[in-house]
This record gives sequence, C-alpha cells and structure tokens, in this order.
Amino acid sequence: MEQLLRGILGDNVSVYIVLAAIPLAWILPFALFAVWLERKVSAHMQDRLGPMRTGGWHGWSQTIADIVKLMQKEDIVPTAADKILFVLAPFVVFIGTYAAFAVIPFSSEYVGSNIDLGLFYFVAVSSVVVVGILMAGWSSNNKWSMFGAMRSAAQIVSYEIPGVLALLSVVMIVGTLNLQEVNELQRGWFWNWMIFQKFPFVFIAFMIYFVASLAEVNRAPFDIPEAESELVAGYHTEYSGMKFALLFLAEYANMFAVSAVGATLFFGGWNSPFGDFLSGPLWGVIWFISKGMVFIFVQMWLRWTLPRLRVDQLMYVGWKVLTPFAFANIVAVGLWMIL
Amino acid sequence: MPETKETLETRPPVTSTGKTLRTEEMVLNMGPQHPSTHGVLRLELVVDGEIIVDVTPHIGYLHRCFEKHSEAMTNYQQVIPYADRMDYLASMSMDLGYAVAVEKLLGIKVPERVEYIRVIMVEFQRIASHLIALGTYGLDVGAFTPFLFCFRDRERILDLFEMTCGARLLYNYIWVGGLSHDLPLTFIDKAKEFCEYFKPKIKELNDLLSYNEIFIKRTAHIGVLPAEVAINYGCSGPMLRGSGVNRDLRRNDPYSIYPDFEFDVAVGKGEMGTVGDCWDRYFVRVREMVQSVRILEQALERIPKEGDVQSAVPKRIRPPIGDVYARTESPRGELGFYIISDGSVSPYRVKVRSPAFVNLSVIPEISKGCMIADMVAIVGSVDIVLGEVDR
Amino acid sequence: MTPQEIHDQLKLKFGDAILEFKPDAVVDPYIQIAPDRPKDVGLYLRDDPALEFDFLMCLSSVDYNDGNLGVVYHLNSLKHEHKITLKVRVSKDAPEVQSVELVWKSANWHEREAYDMMGIRFTAHGDLRRILCPDDWEGHPLRKDYQVQEFYHGIKVPY
Repeated sequence: MEQLLRGILGDNVSVYIVLAAIPLAWILPFALFAVWLERKVSAHMQDRLGPMRTGGWHGWSQTIADIVKLMQKEDIVPTAADKILFVLAPFVVFIGTYAAFAVIPFSSEYVGSNIDLGLFYFVAVSSVVVVGILMAGWSSNNKWSMFGAMRSAAQIVSYEIPGVLALLSVVMIVGTLNLQEVNELQRGWFWNWMIFQKFPFVFIAFMIYFVASLAEVNRAPFDIPEAESELVAGYHTEYSGMKFALLFLAEYANMFAVSAVGATLFFGGWNSPFGDFLSGPLWGVIWFISKGMVFIFVQMWLRWTLPRLRVDQLMYVGWKVLTPFAFANIVAVGLWMIL
Repeated sequence: MPETKETLETRPPVTSTGKTLRTEEMVLNMGPQHPSTHGVLRLELVVDGEIIVDVTPHIGYLHRCFEKHSEAMTNYQQVIPYADRMDYLASMSMDLGYAVAVEKLLGIKVPERVEYIRVIMVEFQRIASHLIALGTYGLDVGAFTPFLFCFRDRERILDLFEMTCGARLLYNYIWVGGLSHDLPLTFIDKAKEFCEYFKPKIKELNDLLSYNEIFIKRTAHIGVLPAEVAINYGCSGPMLRGSGVNRDLRRNDPYSIYPDFEFDVAVGKGEMGTVGDCWDRYFVRVREMVQSVRILEQALERIPKEGDVQSAVPKRIRPPIGDVYARTESPRGELGFYIISDGSVSPYRVKVRSPAFVNLSVIPEISKGCMIADMVAIVGSVDIVLGEVDR
Repeated sequence: MTPQEIHDQLKLKFGDAILEFKPDAVVDPYIQIAPDRPKDVGLYLRDDPALEFDFLMCLSSVDYNDGNLGVVYHLNSLKHEHKITLKVRVSKDAPEVQSVELVWKSANWHEREAYDMMGIRFTAHGDLRRILCPDDWEGHPLRKDYQVQEFYHGIKVPY
C-alpha cells in the first residue's frame, strides 16, 4: 500500500497523510453503522423494531439524521466549567482512540504503520483515553461527571493489566509484537488461528482479553463510568453538540479497535478461514471487518442482556479474578513452550 | 487521653512532600431530576467517595393537594378521579381503597358481580404495577431488556382496561357502591387468554433477570431491612413481606371477597442473601404476580354471569357524622383512607395513608454505609410512586 | 382484645390521661387521650404483651373547626390482630402534642406531615420540618381557615 501510494503521490509527506486518513474514513461510517446496528440489535432483543422510518429501509439513515442534528445543536460550555480542559477533552479522547488505529492491520496490504512494537504501541496509546476522560469529568465541574471520570480511570487502568497479560501469553507463542507478522503466522486454514493453539491456554487468554476489553471500552456489564441509572451519563453529562458526538464516536471507534486487536491476535486477522479460498488483500479487508463486527455484535448482545456490576465488584473481578488467572495462564503457556 | 491506634483507614493520606492531605465528605444531590429516583424524589446524600454516610430524602415536588381538593368537592364520587392520580401506576387499587372506605362509612353492601369485577381489575392492576416495578428495577441495576419485556406484558393488561372503561392509565372505574361500566362481552375470554399467555412470561423474566448472577450480586445482602425495623417503620406490602413477615391485608384484614380465593402470601425467604435484602423484596413481587394470576383464574371462572353493576350506587351520598379508617392492599402496601364525615355531601377531611410514603421513610435507616450504586438498588426495591408519596 | 377491654386496661394504668371512650362512634370506637401523654400511652400499648400494638397504621391531623385541632392514631397489632383508634384534641392557639416518633418510627414522617399541613407542633420530635410544602411556605394549608399567600418568591399563588 505504502509502495503504491509512493508511486502515485511521489515520495513526500502526502503519502502518510493518505495512509493516516484511511482509518478515519473507516471510523466515521463504521460509527454511523454501529450506532444504527446497536439500535436494531437492542430493539430486536427487546421485541421492538427500532428506527423504521428515517431513510426508508429499516431506518438506515437514522444515525445520519442524528449526526446532522448534533452538528446543529448549540455547543454549550457550562459557566463553571474549566473551559480549556472542557474543550480539549473530547479531542484527547478521540485522538487516543484514533492513534491506536495506526497499527491495526486491515489487510495484508494495508496497515497504517507496520512497526515492530505494534501491540505495545496499541496498548500504550489506547490508555491515553483515560487522560481525556479524566479531563472531561474534572472540567465539567459536575459531581456526577467527576464520579464517572474517577470510576473510568480506575477501571481502565486496572483492566489494562489482565488484558495486557492475556495478550502477552499470545506474544510469547508468536514471538513478535508486530501485528502484521502475527497475521502472517496464522495463514492457512482456521485451525492455524491462535485461538486453537496450545489449547486451552490461548482460549483462556482470549476470554480474559475479551472481558478486559469490555471494561476498557466501558461496555456493559462494565459500563459503570457512564451508568445512566446511577451517574446519569458519567463524564459526558455536560457535553452537547459536536463535542458529545466526538466522545460518542471515540467510544464506538474504541469498541472496534479492541475487537480488531482481538480478531488479529486470536482469530487470524485478515486471513480467510479457508486457506487460499477467498483470500487476497481485498477479501482480507472483508474478513477482518467481519471478524471485528462479530465481536462488536457480542459486545452489544452482552450490553442488552446483562445488568451492571458495582464498582467494588468490578475491581474485585479485575484484580482478584482476572489478573491471577492471566498470570497463571502466562506461566502455563511458558511451561508448555519450554517443555 | 486514651491513645487511639492509627490504622490504615484512619490515617490521612500523605503526599510525597510529607504533607497530610485533608479529605472531606461531599454532599451530593440525587434528584429531583435523576433517572433512578422514579420521579421527583430528592435524596441528599453525604458521601465519602462512593460510600454513603448519610441520606436525607426530600419529598413534596409532586404535591398536588389531594387532601385539600377532596374537601372542596361537592360530592363523594368526585374524589375518585383525584384518587386515580395519586398512584398513577395502580389507579384501580386507589379507586378501590377509596370506595371501600366510603362504603364502610355508609354501610353499603355491593353486589357480588361488582365484587368479582373489582377483584379482577385490582389483581390485573397489581400485575401491571409489579411489572413496572420489576422492569424499572432491572433498569436501575443496568439491565435494559427486562424493562421492555415487562412493558410488553403490561401493555396487554392496559388493553384489557381500555376495553373495559376506555382509559389506559387513570380509570375512574370503581365507584362508591359499584362500577362505572359493566364488563364488555369478550372481556372474560380475553382475560383468560392473558393469564395463559402470562404464566410462561414470569419464567422468562426469572431466567433473564431474577436468577442472573450479576443481578443477584447487585441485590443480595444489599439494603437489608430486618423485620422489627420494618414493622416499627410501618412498612407494608412487598417491603414488609420481603423482610419475612407473613402479612397481607387480603388475608389478615380481609375486604371485598378475598376470603373466597385461594392464594399464598408471598414472603421473602432470603434464598440469595439475607432475609429482607433487595433481592427478596424484588422476588416477593415476582411471587405475588404468580399469586395474582391464581386469584384471577379463580375469579374469572366463578364470576356471576348477570348483575347490574350500578344497582348499589347511591343516588346521593350523605354519610352519617363520624369517621372511618379503611385499608386495602395496594401493590405497594397498606393503602389507608381516613375519612371524616360531617354529615354533608362532601368529605370533611380525607387523609391518605399512602404505602409508598411510609415505605420511603425507612430509606435512611437501611442505606447507610452502602455505595451510590446500592442506593439506586435500594430506592428501586422500595418501589415508590412519587404521585402517591406526595399526593 | 375488644376496644372496651383495651380502654379498661389503659384507664387502669393511666387514669385521667384517658379522657373519654366512645364505643358507639361511627364507624370504629375510639379512645380520647390527653395531648401531653401519647408517647407514654404509646409505649405502654406497644410493649404490653397483652396489647402489643406494634404497627402504627396511620397518624392523621384534623381541624375540627371549633378552635381545636386533633391528631388521630390508628393502631394495629400484627400479633393479636386487634385495632384501636386514639384521638387527641388540642387548642388551635397552642397546638402542642407529644410526639410518638420514639415509639413508632413511622410517626416521624406522619408527624412532619401533620405539622406541615395543620401546624401541630410535636414536642420532642427530632426533626420537625415541613415535608410536602417548601420550607419557607406560609401557613398550614389543611386548616379550615387557611388563606393562601399572595406571592411566593415573586410568583403569584392564587390562580
């Protein structure tokens, strides 16, 4: 991809701009689609239909109408808010999410930046979101937002640990942090996927990672930072208009980012499940996105099924259940590798 | 001076420069605009981080002067639409409570068919009201889907009510001495159909919410209300039964034709945690729905085919000088009407003992030391309707 | 126990604090007691094993419109399933009644309501604030001679 772009645009900075713009061009329509999907999934789980009118077929343009509405809305900054931080926070949140997309391999031919520390970079950059959320909660000057931000910070930081430990056990097997190389190693039929290696340890690692990722993106049953029935909406209570849209967008983009990493590390990323059948750079994109969407769907499914944990129970699960299991898992994988 | 042992909990945090940090409690207003206070309840919370140190409920935001209005009416029947609007989720039960009180004052005996229709309506209302209570309780602890499942079923009950009296929420159906309309012809069949439809739905709700591990974690051992405290605070209905007290006015102080029906009084047993916790209060409501269906099935089977529902409605209500206190079991508990008559055509004084008002007053007692998320669970488990609390 | 027996027992114990017994009242018989004794009577009613009135069903305030206010207590025993009504009358000029909050906690809010609506002061009540009306409301709405205030914080009240 990079070679191709260099051929077209010449050897200058515009190549990187185009490379960087591709995830953005994906995030926007994805978020629109995901919000619509979330509505539809929740509606059908709840014996409803969801949006049916806007745009004709099953209300497909409902979210587009929403975005247009959000753009027209007055951009309110509360008088008592810390203005600079308040305005900055949505951008920090979005940048943290967006930057994580740089290392996600969408296809054998496209990855924003094919660096050797890919996974490490992903883990590090996606934590920047915490800073933004804390900024948003603090600057809103609202006690409920503050609670949301505090919970969120505690939650994301604590779930990072089991999540990363789970990823580490896969890294031990593949021996690389470069996500594109991880994909290459899983070529061939679906039994080459990491999830089926060293059974059941990688599978356990995947479960831990998936649970931790739910907590990291504040999805149910770990949605306590925004718990609408307790904290109204948590850190984004005071936001309106485009700033709110940006926070919302970041949330959905984040959902996809963690799903994408899960798909890449455990489910063969852009590899076709059937060896060479339906494989190739373009098919790769389709496989990759559909694997990501499956995880997104599971996230929605859980959200509309499960109640929410309490904040101390959440910490309990994170530190006393997931973390020890993740450690034990690493040891087990390590022993397997040595023997 | 006795030396106090400094523990990790009591020692103030120290910064890297060696200064001690000062921590203080925060006052947090939960409501009157808050999604989990079920209306316009304001709870003034004093919190230490996430832990609640003290709670002060403030009510009155929905005070609509029911008692003053009643005194200004020109007729006893005119109070009924106002009674409807107290507990707007169980209007039938409110109507019945008022009608029973005035009938007791007048000494009227209503025809059997009227009694049957009243019981049918009130039991349907109990199911409808409990469905909202359970659904919104799921919502409070973060489960969205059960809420809509409950509303779907409640909708069918409202359809039955609409069929009967044209209204879906505020019925003005049960009058002093009778009813406003007779049942429509197809009502009995439709009602039986609903009972058949509804029984599996209770299991569905249990599978989805009641026995959900996270739900149990959130509600068991939370907001434990011991039986003695509940009685001393005057709690009634599912709140009292959740604490393991076998008491139901339909059984213990029967009114209407309840003695003719077979049903069990649902009591909290503490299966998932302590007796009297939020889960028990929740599950008492589930059990009560099952019992209501039982009562409905018997009533629908035995209801007299013929009868004028307005034959006992007095043309002019002029009770003797005196007063009456009559109580009925509304979905929320003991609904009492204290009516004083001065012999004129309108009540001299009406005082409502609203169950939610009394049940709510126990909140400060059971919520100290819990977390903000538990507060939501406790308020939800009390099942208040602010229209009734504030009247 | 019948109301007559309850009255006799109370009369024996409290003597002149029990002012009157009306067995033929419409609809339920009641016992009239002195306004400075409800708590003592309540404690006895609650704790005596033969009476055991552990449940305060209702506490109502009344304006009798003859210069007197009243408080009506409806009591019930969960164990013995008997009921009794107590009544208290106080002059409108100095409406002071002994609080029963310490006997039955449920009286706490009922008494606050009676204070708010009728202006009856309950002595030894821990937290006698208005409950339904705003704290700075004038007058007590359920009194028969209540005149609504003209303005509340600059908002015209009568419509």
